[in-house]
Amino acid sequence: MNQEALRTAILDSLREIAPQADYGRLGDADDIRDSLDLDSMDILNFVIALHARTGIDVPERDYSKLGTMAKALAYLSAPAGGSG
Amino acid sequence: MRTDWPPIVKDPREWTVAPNLVSYDAARAAFSWEAARAELDGLPGGALNIAHEAVGRHARGPLRDRTAILWLGKSGERREISYHELDDLSSRFANVLAGLGVERGERVFALAGRIPELYAAALGTLKYGAVFCPMFSAFGPEPIRQRLGIGDGRVLVTTGTLYERKVAGIRDSLPGLRHVLTVNGEGVDSPAGTLDFGQAMAAAPAGFETAHTRPEDMALLHFTSGTTGKPKGAVHVHEAVVAHHITGKLALDFHDGDVFWCTADPGWVTGTSYGIISPLTNGITMVVDEAEFDADRWYGIIQRERVTVWYTAPTAVRMLMKVGDEAVRDYDLSSVRFMSSVGEPLNPEAVDWGRRVLRLAIHDNWWQTETGGIMLANFRSMDIRPGSMGKPLPGVDAAIVARDPGAGVVEVTDADVEGELALRPGWPSMFRAYLGEDERYRKCFAGGWYLTGDLARRDAAGYYWFVGRGDDVIKSAGHLVGPFEVESSLMEHPAVAEAGVIGKPDPVAGEVVKAFVSLKSGFEATEPLRKELLGFARQRLGPAVAPREIDFLDTLPRTRSGKIMRRLLKARELGLPEGDTSTLETT
Repeated sequence: MNQEALRTAILDSLREIAPQADYGRLGDADDIRDSLDLDSMDILNFVIALHARTGIDVPERDYSKLGTMAKALAYLSAPAGGSG
Repeated sequence: MRTDWPPIVKDPREWTVAPNLVSYDAARAAFSWEAARAELDGLPGGALNIAHEAVGRHARGPLRDRTAILWLGKSGERREISYHELDDLSSRFANVLAGLGVERGERVFALAGRIPELYAAALGTLKYGAVFCPMFSAFGPEPIRQRLGIGDGRVLVTTGTLYERKVAGIRDSLPGLRHVLTVNGEGVDSPAGTLDFGQAMAAAPAGFETAHTRPEDMALLHFTSGTTGKPKGAVHVHEAVVAHHITGKLALDFHDGDVFWCTADPGWVTGTSYGIISPLTNGITMVVDEAEFDADRWYGIIQRERVTVWYTAPTAVRMLMKVGDEAVRDYDLSSVRFMSSVGEPLNPEAVDWGRRVLRLAIHDNWWQTETGGIMLANFRSMDIRPGSMGKPLPGVDAAIVARDPGAGVVEVTDADVEGELALRPGWPSMFRAYLGEDERYRKCFAGGWYLTGDLARRDAAGYYWFVGRGDDVIKSAGHLVGPFEVESSLMEHPAVAEAGVIGKPDPVAGEVVKAFVSLKSGFEATEPLRKELLGFARQRLGPAVAPREIDFLDTLPRTRSGKIMRRLLKARELGLPEGDTSTLETT
């Protein structure tokens, strides 16, 4: 999956959890949790939504590697990043 | 739930440090609240102030240079704040309040993550003789507005970011809120209409003589939710510190030299009673981690900081379980002498996992906002029956009661009979009021008992087992959510005709908030509208309260008097028999 498609998948998954958030304000280096006002349950649901869209499996231990858009893109597109 | 898990048997030969409570029966027999009170200093003339017991007395004694707060920042910062320094910071904050003309007894609210300034503000407020009221930073503007309004907040301590996102838009509706202090990043100006916290502290004089508050003076205001109506502000007084102190010793086994980590946020009662007050009155070092849950970070903190007592929540334990056994093996958790949890019942599978994988016995305990401190506990010296919340603390009398139609209650003395958990009033940290709501307060008491609203049973050995809530309040990740608050917010949307909100069972959080809505004519139940409603509720309520799921229904089931039948919605959601609805319809 290329970077732009991944970015879209991440944003669409986040929109399922927090549809009202201001995504225009989310910079690549911003903390996703803080910027979108998400809690731990939201992150869990985000990863489930992302898996449904992309087939990528993110082990629970790696959730912290999705902290910003830049980190998430790097993690999800790396060969070791999940099984998808 | 299976209740036949083998008990975790305690072996005194394994104790390198003797528990504070060695024999439960002997400790109960010997206990008196007067003796517990004598462990505190007090102030001249019978005055008592939580801040003095927590920091003031230590700052002038042998613990002066001991680390009170070991603060760990999100970005890897590490800051040690000594008892002496924490006392100085709280004095400065008390002087900030004096400079603003705040009166004793007025409410100082906080809305912030776990930043050092929050702790200075909490203790400074108490030292000044004002009332501290913490809010959870994951609340949206509506819960914040309601709490500040009901509590008549005079001062708010928050961050510039949270202010702009959640408070600026509701400020006009809060005329009583005179002052807002914001913590801002380096070189960032405080938002318009607020004062910079750092500048105010720097300009304030050092040194403040602790207010000689009376033991029955209001000290803390903690909001909680009921089935109906607005959130309730549970009032706690300075005398509560007697219970904060002694329950830390007995139920959490605090010893001199301990490094204690309470993972709860001070936005909730656990994070104040045991995330600020109790460890400090006991003179130990407490870890404060600014970051949110992350398994490797948590295990790393325990290993690196040599945490000896760890108090967390069942939801967090289940999240650690999900992360898996392998992560645990990368860390040395052997420094932990005692592990405990609170928030919702800890399922026996989690207790078993703790024993096998963490190699720690997890001691569940029970209490609630109204009780101010731990009331039932699995003690370090006592065998654990997995799934049970333990036995009443020394000084606390508990019972299972049945509500009598004649408005009284009858104690159920037989073992293994379900009823409502009740406590005999009189422990120091019992709430003294729901602020401004005498009728709601009075309804919590009957026949000489405080009725907790929780259903439970007691086994033949005296262990208590949680059964469920006696009302429709939702318990999500250890936090109570009032369905009415959520329904009211959804009803503000132009498409919504009616809304019913339930707790849907969830393997991690215990329950999650789920809403059922019916639409006004002219609106169609579509996926975009569902998302719009989810977003609409989140915008107002924040992630801690907003529904995670919304389903559309043509109509919601109602009683004949017009109340939405949440229990029926829940029964349908779970695929359970709907019960005898004929009686429900006539209530």
